[in-house]
Amino acid sequence: METLVLAEHDGKTLRRGTLCALTVARDLASRSGSKPVILLLGRELAAVRDDARRFGDVVVADHSLLARPTAERYAAVIADIIRAQGVRELVAAASTFSRDILPRVAAVVDAAMGGDVTACAAAEAERVELQRPIHAGAAMASFVLHGTPQIITVRAAAFPSAKPLPESEATCCLDWPLNADALPDRTEFVGLESRSTNRPELGEARVVVSGGRPLRSSEEFQAFVGGLADALQGAAGCTRALVDAGIAPNEWQVGQTGKVVSPELYVALGISGSVQHLAGMKNSRVIVAVNTDPDAPIFSLANYGLVGDLREIVPQLVRALAR
Amino acid sequence: MKLLVPIKRVPSADEPVRVRPDGTGIEDDGRAFMINPFDAIALEEALRIRDSHPDGGEVLAVCIGDSEVEAELRTALAMGADRGLRVACEASLDSLSVAKILAGVVRREGPAMVLAGKQAVDSDAGQAGPMLAGLLDWPQATFASVITFLEDGRVQVVRETDHGLETLRLCLPAVITADLRLNEPRYASLPAIMRARRKPIETLPVADLGIQPRSRVVQLRMEQSTMARECVRVADTDELLHRLRSEAKVI
Ligand SMILES: Cc1cc2nc3c(=O)[nH]c(=O)nc-3n(C[C@H](O)[C@H](O)[C@H](O)COP(=O)(O)OP(=O)(O)OC[C@H]3O[C@@H](n4cnc5c(N)ncnc54)[C@H](O)[C@@H]3O)c2cc1C
Ligand SMILES: Nc1ncnc2c1ncn2[C@@H]1O[C@H](COP(=O)(O)O)[C@@H](O)[C@H]1O
Repeated sequence: METLVLAEHDGKTLRRGTLCALTVARDLASRSGSKPVILLLGRELAAVRDDARRFGDVVVADHSLLARPTAERYAAVIADIIRAQGVRELVAAASTFSRDILPRVAAVVDAAMGGDVTACAAAEAERVELQRPIHAGAAMASFVLHGTPQIITVRAAAFPSAKPLPESEATCCLDWPLNADALPDRTEFVGLESRSTNRPELGEARVVVSGGRPLRSSEEFQAFVGGLADALQGAAGCTRALVDAGIAPNEWQVGQTGKVVSPELYVALGISGSVQHLAGMKNSRVIVAVNTDPDAPIFSLANYGLVGDLREIVPQLVRALAR
Repeated sequence: MKLLVPIKRVPSADEPVRVRPDGTGIEDDGRAFMINPFDAIALEEALRIRDSHPDGGEVLAVCIGDSEVEAELRTALAMGADRGLRVACEASLDSLSVAKILAGVVRREGPAMVLAGKQAVDSDAGQAGPMLAGLLDWPQATFASVITFLEDGRVQVVRETDHGLETLRLCLPAVITADLRLNEPRYASLPAIMRARRKPIETLPVADLGIQPRSRVVQLRMEQSTMARECVRVADTDELLHRLRSEAKVI
């Protein structure tokens, strides 16, 4: 088990980010002619285990004490596996899940860690050159990690999803023998409050429509940003201004400190284009900006710019798209 | 209660970051620096906890770096920290080295809580907090947006995750990292800035913690990102939709 992929899942299937991490892991593992192993943690994992086995061998830690991903417990189990199996590198998607747990694992196993990687050149067997954005994406840093083990998280948007193995290829599954008594018990999970939507997941959507400060209430946000998102079958996002104002939930914030997205089409409605916001969407394939200010910085990053009031423009767009 | 707040000096957000032509780092001649915004939020929270706690306490601000970081320590003292500690270290450090040094300071100072920033806005790593928790074997809560003390002595933290707001309860001592919405940091008043000049800043050579920092994340070079695109200004929504369909082929 030289290369391990820490999976994120919803109990049924692997998340897309994990499949992108798997692409990088396959590349890294191929240096030694091996294949990555997928690590699943959680409770009642039968369904997701079957999904994961389409992609490779799987190690499963399935226990009621792992029902919620609290860093203390998850890090303890992952660190045990890294040590017991002599893991050389662990790869995962960059997300709040991995940002919480993996630095802790790195400290426990004394691993070098590189996060939010956007390029990985695994050609040379010993030295893997990695790249990551720094200073809110104003610069790119190229770096190497020294020593083993190593922990790498990757930006899903920068790598393609891994394909399943051919059906003829058999995979195996190892149930990790958990020492439940040794797990830490100082963190109690109380609850998770998420605003459900029928729209696609922000990080995975083909189209993202985001709104900024001029939207003054949740109703306005739903009407304009939500309305256009629905007309384009996309996800809704926003700037920090709206999350701070309590108009949109934090998990919709795009940017340096929110989510990083790179859809086919990103529509920015009433967004000035601060560096912190750009850090989260500048790699979108096509960017459209709608803004009343012809000099708004967002226009220098957009492929198409429309100067005008979003309150007039969005209804026109929605009507035209419905035709 | 004793609270420890690690503070990093980062380039100020008011000017764009320029990479040096030789790719060794950013242009820092004459540029302004500031306390990492998330660390200012962590400090603000520590000050509020100290001031609302019946038996008071102490807020210790810790910077690792060369003598320049004393400017940010002074700002922290002016905001209301009781003491400043600079761990003198010239080397450029990865987050694990930072966490090892902070763990050394924690063992020396014995705080009940470390409140760090969720990420430094220069490295954008976001690793030192949970790494410190791992080294100390303390519970952790990253990305905190609300912190409340419970009667049973535990602390309740609301965390901002990709899937919504998660609530955890932790036993102390613990490491918590601050997210943007935890609070709005105060500005230091002029009298406070004057008073801060008299507050103590201790300098501790990193070797005195028995640590020889050795970064294993080794930077090879840095490049300026190019973000600009050729923006086509469209006249109206019809032209926009037409171009999105026939030119960009995204709808
Ligand atoms: C440490 C730190 C981290 C941050 N992280 C993030 C992050 O992750 N994501 C993020 O988004 N921000 C982040 N920010 C905040 C960021 O700096 C900006 O404050 C924020 O992005 C601005 O949001 P905005 O564009 O909605 O608002 P503004 O900058 O106020 O822009 C509003 C725009 O709307 C236009 N406008 C007004 N009325 C209309 C109308 N009727 N129709 C069309 N256009 C109109 C205006 O011309 C203007 O350009 C962070 C800040 C800090 C300090
Ligand atoms: N040189 C430093 N001195 C003091 N604290 C630091 C230093 N570097 C990082 N930190 C702390 O660790 C947090 C995370 O840093 P990073 O892992 O670089 O994103 C920061 O928000 C600070 O609280």
